[in-house]
Amino acid sequence: MSDAGIRAVKLADAAVAGDRRALARLLTAVENRTAIAEAALRRLYPSTGRAHLVGITGAPGAGKSTLVAALIAEARQVGRAVAVVAVDPSSPITGGALLGDRVRMQAYASDDGVFIRSMASRGHAGGLAATSTSAATVLDAAGFDLVLLETVGTGQSEVEVAAAADTTVVLEAPDMGDEVQAIKAGLLEVADIVVVNKGDRPGAQRTAAQLRAMLTATASPRLASAARDEAADHPRPKRPEVLVTTASTGEGVPALLAALDRHRAAGRDGLADAARLARAEAQVWAIVSERLRGRFHGAATGPATESTLRAVAEHRLDPYTAADHLLASLTGGRPRA
Amino acid sequence: MSERPIKVLIAKPGLDGHDRGAKVLARGLRDEGFEVVYTGLRQTPEMIATAALQEDVDVVGLSILSGAHMTLLPKVTRLLRERGLDDVLVTAGGIIPDDDIPALQEAGVAAVFGPGTTIAEVAAYIRSHARTPEA
Repeated sequence: MSDAGIRAVKLADAAVAGDRRALARLLTAVENRTAIAEAALRRLYPSTGRAHLVGITGAPGAGKSTLVAALIAEARQVGRAVAVVAVDPSSPITGGALLGDRVRMQAYASDDGVFIRSMASRGHAGGLAATSTSAATVLDAAGFDLVLLETVGTGQSEVEVAAAADTTVVLEAPDMGDEVQAIKAGLLEVADIVVVNKGDRPGAQRTAAQLRAMLTATASPRLASAARDEAADHPRPKRPEVLVTTASTGEGVPALLAALDRHRAAGRDGLADAARLARAEAQVWAIVSERLRGRFHGAATGPATESTLRAVAEHRLDPYTAADHLLASLTGGRPRA
Repeated sequence: MSERPIKVLIAKPGLDGHDRGAKVLARGLRDEGFEVVYTGLRQTPEMIATAALQEDVDVVGLSILSGAHMTLLPKVTRLLRERGLDDVLVTAGGIIPDDDIPALQEAGVAAVFGPGTTIAEVAAYIRSHARTPEA
């Protein structure tokens, strides 16, 4: 076994055995995409899939971190071990990041059943870091029952978390928009549960009622089942539960935990098979394209490539033809298995 | 692999409520290209050590203005050592009299930055003293 392989096995086994330092170091390796991380993930993956992966997403300031803290409290009450992966954005200019999600989650310093890890997005768009799913896999292997994936503050179309999580919770603040906002495509569409947070503010109940009306009334059960009979593989809109919470006081959080459990139980009946397959597909293809890109990129950096790129920059060549040229020179010239 | 950013925990141990300096430093280090974990006010040494361990930071920066530094800072460094984090660089800033600095260094605080220190100075110190990340 390679040196990295031996260290990976040691680190992975220690993390699974409950060594929190080893777990933290393994997560760093995952973030940095080292050879150790890859070897460890190969080893750990077969024993994962046990944790409930819950994505928490929503606009900046909607209360994601506060809700995560409230969920930790609730889950600890019933004795479940909870891990959090909290993503904040990296600066596109300096690469630096301010990771501030822990501020609201500090009450569990001496509780071994809680593990919180902040991650910078490191240039990855979509609401997570490129390595967030792998980080969740490691935490799953380490035995956490509930793994909460908190995204960066999102807009309307950062829907990546839905592919990474078993259950996706979308947070809304009261009075965030009218009914048309609720029927736009995007973030709300991927919600398994919609939470209107800051329930103590005026308008929270009305916002929830509007969302309920627009989101759950998309198709009557009869029409939905007819559609299912007609085309079993046609994607159907989700019909999310809409809940109201006040994360800062914990109000409504037990109901949210119960809703998460219900969604997970429903997923066990086969409804989540497609979601799991989609996640596997996304993961594998992401690795494939990363490796292809690395392989091509390495092989394609030369004067010929540079002059092709220059031709595109000067509008003498269109980007599609340029891409075809590059691909042909790489695959045609030197076929690969 | 691309160069990975140095990860820094900025924490405020103790009971004083003045976190403007810590926030300015956190923001400044962000602009210097560090990944900065900011944990907010009124941290116990226990909370700081746990955060440092879970986040696997390279540097712990402690901001303290309450005068309790001789009690709290050695406690933080001791907890870090107990948890095996002896390769983490610990620095402090805030209001710390010069006379106290040797004892703090003895306790494992590598550097103390007083009022007037620029963010560029702190960043340069971190870059030259923080552990080098593993491959």
